[in-house]
Amino acid sequence: MVMNLIEKHPILEFKHGKKVKFTFDGDEMEGYEDEPIAAALHANGVRIYRVTPKREQTRGFFCAIGKCSSCFMVVDGVPNVRTCVTPLKTGMRVETQRGKGVIAMDAE
Amino acid sequence: MKGLRQTEVLVIGGGPAGLSASLEAASLGCQVTLVDSDLALGGQLIKQTHKFFGSKDERAGTRGFKISEILLEELERYKDRVKVHMNCTATGFYREDGVVSCVIGEDEYFRIKPDKIVMATGAQERLLPFPNNHLPGVYGAGAVQTLMNVYGVAPGKRVLMVGAGNIGLIVSYQLMQAGVEIAGIVEAMDRVGGYWVHAAKVRRMGVPIYLRHTIKEALGDRVVAGAVIQEIDDRFQPVGKEIQVDVDIICMAVGLTPTCELLWQAGCEMVFVPQLCGHVAQRDLFMRTSHPDIWVAGDAAGIEEASAAMVEGRIAGVGVARSLGKGDSSEHSKRLEEYRRRLADLRGGEVGQKICQGLECCTVNEWGV
Repeated sequence: MVMNLIEKHPILEFKHGKKVKFTFDGDEMEGYEDEPIAAALHANGVRIYRVTPKREQTRGFFCAIGKCSSCFMVVDGVPNVRTCVTPLKTGMRVETQRGKGVIAMDAE
Repeated sequence: MKGLRQTEVLVIGGGPAGLSASLEAASLGCQVTLVDSDLALGGQLIKQTHKFFGSKDERAGTRGFKISEILLEELERYKDRVKVHMNCTATGFYREDGVVSCVIGEDEYFRIKPDKIVMATGAQERLLPFPNNHLPGVYGAGAVQTLMNVYGVAPGKRVLMVGAGNIGLIVSYQLMQAGVEIAGIVEAMDRVGGYWVHAAKVRRMGVPIYLRHTIKEALGDRVVAGAVIQEIDDRFQPVGKEIQVDVDIICMAVGLTPTCELLWQAGCEMVFVPQLCGHVAQRDLFMRTSHPDIWVAGDAAGIEEASAAMVEGRIAGVGVARSLGKGDSSEHSKRLEEYRRRLADLRGGEVGQKICQGLECCTVNEWGV
């Protein structure tokens, strides 16, 4: 999958950082390190980030400032991660969140 | 639980108001901790590609993201006095001991006890109720700007813009700069709310502006696949025939409301002021709220432009320093006089009249403290 990025802009010059690999629901994708996970997903054409618990409606990107909870996803096994303000790291495992998500408890 | 951190001044929010407050307080000798929930400082400034209006003192003619760079350069000079925490959300204010809880990322909590606080928490976007407004593809205008102007990602291919205020007009133009098509702009009022120059720019590009129209519903099963718009009458009731628009993004630019949860938690006296777009804290001429240790500045104090937010931040910064006994009083007076003049200049125009009316409803001369 190729990232769909704005190439020509009359005013802005985009200074992206290092390109890293991550997975979305098992598929390998590329994004830029330390940019929001949500932005990387959007560049890869992913728009559905979670499915609501009761009515099973789809949710995606919405406020981009970590306030609305629309973009909650499961990241490295942790649910309810605000992907619009969480920086992407190499090897991250990003998954669509279905329902409320399960919080992993410590084994002991 | 880690130990309790201390700081003289905690500034919550690193947008135009918070950065200015931090700079001002630091320049007068205060030790400042600045927390911001985003991944970069500058707040909404970093995504503004248009040249600002306002006055020369507030860098009229300069593009928003450049203004942010200028503020950050200034911050560099005070880096020994301003400690910055990024991706850090202030989650609560505890009234009994004045402690603020913060979280970095998703799970690194700390508590901090500031002597004084500047709440520069900015604003959040409003949404309209309509069927399917939850679908991915219905995005806030600020979110669209973040995606395309900060991260270089086009939000979609064809956009319906809802709202012809300045944000709706500017973001429409920016979307076209990013190569995205605008199907049209709907506006419930019978006139364009934003500045004429912004409207003229998008009209010249051939974008239709549908006045007295609203969005009736978003179409699509799992993501936005279109929208239905319809004309409305004087009482905002739908009339006329429904028009189906082929879009994959519906961008909501229907206004902002101040982010004031922490101010409520702190028990600041709040008042609903329609001209300032929501509940705001009562404040004195130093931007101090009814809570003796809390100041407010920028959109959190009432929705206005970034230029005004920067000056309010400066005033709050002086106010905080003054209450901590930092800097001498003649310097405080000199700066305050200057900043108040600059605010008056910014609010001198027609748009400023509404703001001034709003401010009359929530400003006291000075609290009896």
